[in-house]
Amino acid sequence: MPEERKIEDRSPFIRLAGVRKEFASRGEKFLAVSDATFDVFEGELVSMVGPSGCGKTTLLKVLAGLYDHQGGTVEIGGGHAFDPGRDVGMVFQQALLLKWRRVLDNVMLPAEILGLPVKETRERARDLLNMVGLSGFEDSYPYELSGGMQQRAAIARALVHDPKLILMDEPFGALDALTREKMNLELLRIWRESKKTVIFVTHGIAEAVFLGTKVVVLTAGPARMADMFPVDLPARTLDVKTSEQFGEYTRRVYKLLGME
Amino acid sequence: MVVAVHLAVVLAWHLFVTLGDVPSYVMPTPEATLAAIFEDYNWLHNTMITTGEVFGGYLLAVAVGVGLALFFSWFRQFESTLMPLVVSLNMIPKVALGPIFIVWFSYGLGPNIIIAFSISFLPILLTTARGLREVDPDLIDLARSLRATRWQLFTKIQLPGSLPYIFSGMKVAVVLAVAGAVVGEFIASEEGLGYLMLQVQVTMDTAAMFMAVLLITLVGVLLYGLVLTLERIFVVRDARVE
Ligand SMILES: Nc1ncnc2c1ncn2[C@@H]1O[C@H](COP(=O)(O)OP(=O)(O)OP(=O)(O)O)[C@@H](O)[C@H]1O
Ligand SMILES: [Mg+2]
Repeated sequence: MPEERKIEDRSPFIRLAGVRKEFASRGEKFLAVSDATFDVFEGELVSMVGPSGCGKTTLLKVLAGLYDHQGGTVEIGGGHAFDPGRDVGMVFQQALLLKWRRVLDNVMLPAEILGLPVKETRERARDLLNMVGLSGFEDSYPYELSGGMQQRAAIARALVHDPKLILMDEPFGALDALTREKMNLELLRIWRESKKTVIFVTHGIAEAVFLGTKVVVLTAGPARMADMFPVDLPARTLDVKTSEQFGEYTRRVYKLLGME
Repeated sequence: MVVAVHLAVVLAWHLFVTLGDVPSYVMPTPEATLAAIFEDYNWLHNTMITTGEVFGGYLLAVAVGVGLALFFSWFRQFESTLMPLVVSLNMIPKVALGPIFIVWFSYGLGPNIIIAFSISFLPILLTTARGLREVDPDLIDLARSLRATRWQLFTKIQLPGSLPYIFSGMKVAVVLAVAGAVVGEFIASEEGLGYLMLQVQVTMDTAAMFMAVLLITLVGVLLYGLVLTLERIFVVRDARVE
């Protein structure tokens, strides 16, 4: 797999080593993430899969700099300067669009907070809306959009300040199955076009394998990292989901999560 | 339709007084009430005074209510300790404080503004606090991941997000502010519509009293209309809470 080797040659963009996160609640310590260790290379789309409560969101928030961590090291940037405020874009399960803002102004929110030049960023926001298939909806209010369209707008918002890293926390979890399949293909396209590094959290095992260049499997009780493996698929089209290869990858994850 | 309903009430009032042979010192006809405006009671001045008290107390209530709610949202530990205190303080009948306010602030606009304020700020505080709590924590995280300042968080997310709630509290507060100002004038004042009512009560000029009530009502309607208009302008249709 030549593409993969090319990536591995470089030093990793994100290096997590033995990351541990505890919450103190009512005097007791609760271990939410223990010993998360994996590398992410620039331009990769890493899926993180695991049962509810295994610490996926917590780990993302550590990466976003929203939580501190109690052990291990988190290095982002691969030796280059990395500003966790400017260089991270986030997408959540809910689109979290501001109801009182039109779509374009919603996409502009990060730019406003970061104080980016308004005129150029507006152009960029328009281009991004175009890329996520929302041209013509710039002046609509969020309530005029379907759930899938809202989530596209949220993706455009996560890209508007041109961050190096996109963190997605079950971004399609609230969508119906059909829309979700479509959004998967869209995400792959957007990822290829924007050349961003993406960490994609999901409950869906098939989704994780289908999207990820690499899959990280977490298990709950106690929270820990169970496995990590690269995914080598000939093509990321819906056909591949019925292939033998794809089935092997998903079986591997099912086994780890104790479902086989 | 709305106008027709209002007119119907006036008509019913007219019929009730004329057909029922109600003495005019008990209840004047609508015409007699309107005619009272031509009597020399310094209507304009007194109405301005009352309007000033209502609006002053109301604006103060909005500022303090929203400000305090914001403060509580920033420092949750204060909310749990101070909010119960604010609620118990609110149980004090503000009207009973009137005489005390006179001792403290003497006669005049000041104490009446403070009574109007103290009686109307709690609903604004409560609804704003509720609105700030309803802001999705993930949205706060999104802003924090961009290292938004507290002020950015407030102006871009928390304030516009809780505006529908703030307005619902503001609408309730209008009536309270009007009542507070008028009660204040009853207790301690030398001007204003409430004061005027006590004056004309002595001479049994019921028509003038009705006129005063009408004007007080209009002040309230004006303020309410203003609040509604602002809500229409600032709150997007989908975000309004009724
Ligand atoms: N702020 C917090 N304070 C205390 N405990 C927390 C906090 N956030 C998360 N936890 C706990 O840490 C564990 C991991 O939570 P997390 O939200 O990371 O799980 P998750 O893998 O994202 O789950 P899901 O798939 O349901 O979103 C949970 O048991 C949760 O109760
Ligand atoms: Mg989660």
